[in-house]
Amino acid sequence: MAIEAYSGDGWLLTKLEQLINWGRKRSPWPLPYGTACCGIEMMAALASGYDMARFGAERPSFSPRQADVLIEAGTITKKMVPILKRIYDQMAEPKWVIAMGACACSGGVFRTYSTLQGIDKVIPVDVYVPGCPPRPEGLLYALLKLIEKIEKDHPLHKKAVLLKGELQHGTQR
Amino acid sequence: MALKDSVSRLLQNDLIALEESAGCIFAEVPKDKIVSCLSSLRDELGFNFLSDIVGVDNSALYEAKAKKAKKKKDKEGEENETPEPERPALPRFEVIYLLLNPDTNERLQVRIRVPEDDLKVQSITSLWKGANWPERECFDMFGIRFEGHPYLRRLLMWDEFPAHPLRKDYPLEGMGEERHLIYEPEGEGHWT
Ligand code: SF4
Repeated sequence: MAIEAYSGDGWLLTKLEQLINWGRKRSPWPLPYGTACCGIEMMAALASGYDMARFGAERPSFSPRQADVLIEAGTITKKMVPILKRIYDQMAEPKWVIAMGACACSGGVFRTYSTLQGIDKVIPVDVYVPGCPPRPEGLLYALLKLIEKIEKDHPLHKKAVLLKGELQHGTQR
Repeated sequence: MALKDSVSRLLQNDLIALEESAGCIFAEVPKDKIVSCLSSLRDELGFNFLSDIVGVDNSALYEAKAKKAKKKKDKEGEENETPEPERPALPRFEVIYLLLNPDTNERLQVRIRVPEDDLKVQSITSLWKGANWPERECFDMFGIRFEGHPYLRRLLMWDEFPAHPLRKDYPLEGMGEERHLIYEPEGEGHWT
């Protein structure tokens, strides 16, 4: 991160956007949503052996309202689609989604009547992790990719666009 | 085998067939006698544990068998002029009740055949409360209706699902049934 620090006590000069991104990328709290075998690998990644907390995913948040990253690990059946959608909707902005495993990315081996063929049909996905199941390293890599993505984000600019759209449509939020 | 004898003695006239294969005993009984047969098996032979209820769709099996028989007939050609007597077609569905006697560790499979045009079977939830969910699953997957069931609703698929997916004429990949698959953003910028 390009921080221009002036020498002297207690002063730091940066852009507000960079400051926000810095804060966000250091604390992507995950919401573990493990529905099948991939969930086991996710647990391994979260536990002390692989220790995802090293990258700021400090506390698995079991409430969607306090989570930033939805880690969707496992098969999603069509019966479960409304639940997944509701959980995504309950997460507060900013929010990101990691689709972990072949099932979450594309339905995987389950090309059947009951399985959703990829969660991106229902919710937007930021990082896809291939594998059946992916190793915990795969999930860690996905988290690093996500952090890269957050770093390049423009939170203030986006807000401006959002406001403009609201003005045009005359809606109040 | 002692168990086979006692089953045949107990069910007597209700028994359509009694076979043994691979160490398992199959008893076939008429569809409308299932409740009385199972209750006497439970009370008199000690089969008081119902492991599961499974449905079977035999249509593909029958088709394959008919094909094989036809092939054989063609091969034999004109040499064998006397055709085999036509057997009456078996009903399409089966419901199999898997019973266990926990004291003697004996197992028994009781089978009924359910024709396609009469998919009604007496529910056995009056004998075993635990028959509730297996019967619901069987209804969900095969469309067999259990009469007297307290709450016959789909168990695995969602309520509005239009088909019975374990039937052999239902394609594995489905017929395009989807559920809430279109995501409508609630306003501009919702996706960001
Ligand atoms: S991708 Fe493989 S390991 Fe992961 S949930 Fe699907 S089947 Fe299980």
